[in-house]
Amino acid sequence: MTDVTHEGPLLEMRGVTKSFRGARALDDATMTVGRNQIRALIGQNGAGKSTLIKILTGVYRRDGGEVRLDGNAVDFRSTADAQKAGVVTIYQEVNLVPKLSVAENIFLGRFPRRRGFVDWATMRSGARDALAKLSLDIDVTRPLGSYRVATQQMTAIARAVSLEARLLVLDEPTSSLAEREVETLFGVMRSLRDSGVSMVFVSHRMDELYEICEDVTVLRDGRTVAEESLATLNQYELVSKMLGRAAEQVASGARTSARPKQQAEPVLAVSGAASAPRLRDASLAVYAGQVQGVAGLLGSGRSELLRSVFGADPLDAGEIKVNGRTGSLRTPGEAIAARVAFLTEDRRAEGIVPHLSVRDNLTLALLPKLTKRGIVDRKRQRQIVTDYIARLGIKAQADQPIVELSGGNQQKVLLARWLATEPAVLLLDEPTRGIDVSAKAEILALVDKLAADGMGVLLVSSELEEVVSACDDVTVLRDGVSVARVSLDRLSEESLMAVMASGEAVPPSEASSPDVPQKDKADD
Amino acid sequence: MSAATADVATVGHRLALQRRGTVAVLVLVVLLASLRYGDAFYSGINLTSYFDDAVKYSLIALGMTFVIMTGGIDLSVGSVILLAGVAGGLASPHGAVVAVLVGVGTGAAVGAVNGLLIAHSRLEPFVVTLATLLWARGLGLQLADTQTVVYGSGALTSLARDKIFGLTTGFWLMVVLFVIAAVVLKFTAWGRTVLAIGDSEESTSLLGVPTRLNKFSVYLLSGALAGLAGVVLGSQTGSVSMDTGVGWELIAVAAVVVGGTLLTGGVGSIGGTLAGLLLLQVIFTIINFENGRGGIEINSYWQNVVRGAFLLVVVLLQTGVGRGRKKS
Repeated sequence: MTDVTHEGPLLEMRGVTKSFRGARALDDATMTVGRNQIRALIGQNGAGKSTLIKILTGVYRRDGGEVRLDGNAVDFRSTADAQKAGVVTIYQEVNLVPKLSVAENIFLGRFPRRRGFVDWATMRSGARDALAKLSLDIDVTRPLGSYRVATQQMTAIARAVSLEARLLVLDEPTSSLAEREVETLFGVMRSLRDSGVSMVFVSHRMDELYEICEDVTVLRDGRTVAEESLATLNQYELVSKMLGRAAEQVASGARTSARPKQQAEPVLAVSGAASAPRLRDASLAVYAGQVQGVAGLLGSGRSELLRSVFGADPLDAGEIKVNGRTGSLRTPGEAIAARVAFLTEDRRAEGIVPHLSVRDNLTLALLPKLTKRGIVDRKRQRQIVTDYIARLGIKAQADQPIVELSGGNQQKVLLARWLATEPAVLLLDEPTRGIDVSAKAEILALVDKLAADGMGVLLVSSELEEVVSACDDVTVLRDGVSVARVSLDRLSEESLMAVMASGEAVPPSEASSPDVPQKDKADD
Repeated sequence: MSAATADVATVGHRLALQRRGTVAVLVLVVLLASLRYGDAFYSGINLTSYFDDAVKYSLIALGMTFVIMTGGIDLSVGSVILLAGVAGGLASPHGAVVAVLVGVGTGAAVGAVNGLLIAHSRLEPFVVTLATLLWARGLGLQLADTQTVVYGSGALTSLARDKIFGLTTGFWLMVVLFVIAAVVLKFTAWGRTVLAIGDSEESTSLLGVPTRLNKFSVYLLSGALAGLAGVVLGSQTGSVSMDTGVGWELIAVAAVVVGGTLLTGGVGSIGGTLAGLLLLQVIFTIINFENGRGGIEINSYWQNVVRGAFLLVVVLLQTGVGRGRKKS
């Protein structure tokens, strides 16, 4: 630890707990931030990072545990409270007010006044001064939203600095910045640190953590599992702490069902795909009868890759070929016409129509085909629904509203919705998130069977175990670049973790694991 | 990301253009009308009735501007005019001051109810003020026993009709209130916070700015101004009839939108609302004038058709221009 012990740390959070409607979000979370220190806070999705930050900054109130700032116990009831104490957060999605001017955003809530009226001249010069400290010279009278995201983020930091923040929390500030902008941000962070501001930095990009932070707090399942110096922890060990798997643990990659031999032509070929801001250079190929996995840490561009394949995000560069078609798919409509199906990550927001029945949900994508002169062919609809309920083992009545189903059954209905369109390529983004173990196994078995029947499947999952057991071949993404391809005979959680963490280094025994160490050329 | 940024950049600019457009069209219409009708257009009686109408609508449009800037809406103002007008009329025998206080107080009380339900209980402004539209009108009718309420006080009835520099007191009241409101919007923390809430309420509160009191106060203000409009109306005409205020909230919304305030909040202009209202009123006055001269045959029902069509054109222009920009 680099804490300045004679003064004590600036912030201590001990044994913090928080539940939402009975669900534990934080269970004994601990974080210590020293003076003049930049501390990394990492953890997988759902590990409790945001909850911990929101407790620190007064958005949520903790159920238990203690928070000490400068040695004094504090209990912030609102963000205003936290601000007064010098704790300021800069959120991932820049949470400012885009239509007001830059100057107003810096001074909102504490406008300089003269005789009760807002003193615009003082406010503008104050804003210019605050930005000048960050070496930024912009027109502060223009609406904040007219500037690029990097500038908006700098404005948020300028606000924090002018609030005389002592502890600045940066929640994934780099996720929508370009490389050069990240460097500028880091420069600002370093000079802030040297002037006495401590920071908590949240990012999923390992390189960034090692570049800017001295120490790290790792959260997993609502608990702090490590508080260490980054100097004594390599990327490989860090990732294994975050995922909760011993570095030595090697799971069996054995597959059961035999797959058809690879054909010459892939059903899906991605080469050099780039889509701002996350996806930079991804290549892979999926053959009929194959389950191709995509692994990578959060923020590595996994979901973005699927969205680009489906035509939901525009491509800046590269090519995506489906079924030998030339030209990438530009809209989801084109993708569906090309027999691509996409089961999205967020079931609730993007998938189900909660109050419609299982039948209506299942046949939603199929309705145009089921409709004759504006009338839905109810008989065929019923037949299809009965068929899929039986085939996928969905435990529900056709007329039941889908909200009443368990997560696993909802997911099966959504999968059936896409299968009913008879796709050639199936894109699955975290297909088993939030569903119980047995339903998980059923869905994975189903995916296996679909591939065996000749479908090309592209599977994204953050659970390595799942990737290893379900996929024939895994492409590893790192910071938006496909850095390696690991084939079935060498597939293990260990080999994947190594590539995910470093993008190159593999433990000595596995040194030859990735087929192509730098860039995947599977589609040549 | 860049699309969103460009969008935000152009919204303010586009609405500023639209405000200038509104003022330009207003001037143009007035000039054309003077050429066509000559001095008859400015004949005293015509001008007085024009501004009498403009005053009562402008007061509710002013309150509506602040409400819409926060991203809300106040559908109850038409009914509040009736209720406050009735209350003020019943109080008028006790003197002009009492009548004004009772009228404004009644409006403010109704506004406070709206504000509490919206800011404190976090109900939807549309639903809350729709309910108030119903109950406030019902209460007004009950209070008046469905009879036209006559304003008794001589002092009060002459108040709105008295003229200063050839224009009614009501006109000057409108001008003064709009100037004050413009200053409040630009130069008070309250005014800037109104816009911030309309732009992003969540961000505003995450930045440590309390939003509840501010939201509450815009509805209070809107109610109070509607109350004032009720008393002004009684003072202008000497009575408040039972069909007063029906649909006026929509005239106010139309004026605000034509004046270049974004319906979703965050961007807006006080002067724009006044220009928008005057423009809408000029157009109806001309329709009436043409009717009077026998030039065209349009009955008063057509006024609403024109209002609706005009509003659609403005909204189409707003979004059309926006889409054109985005593509380029």
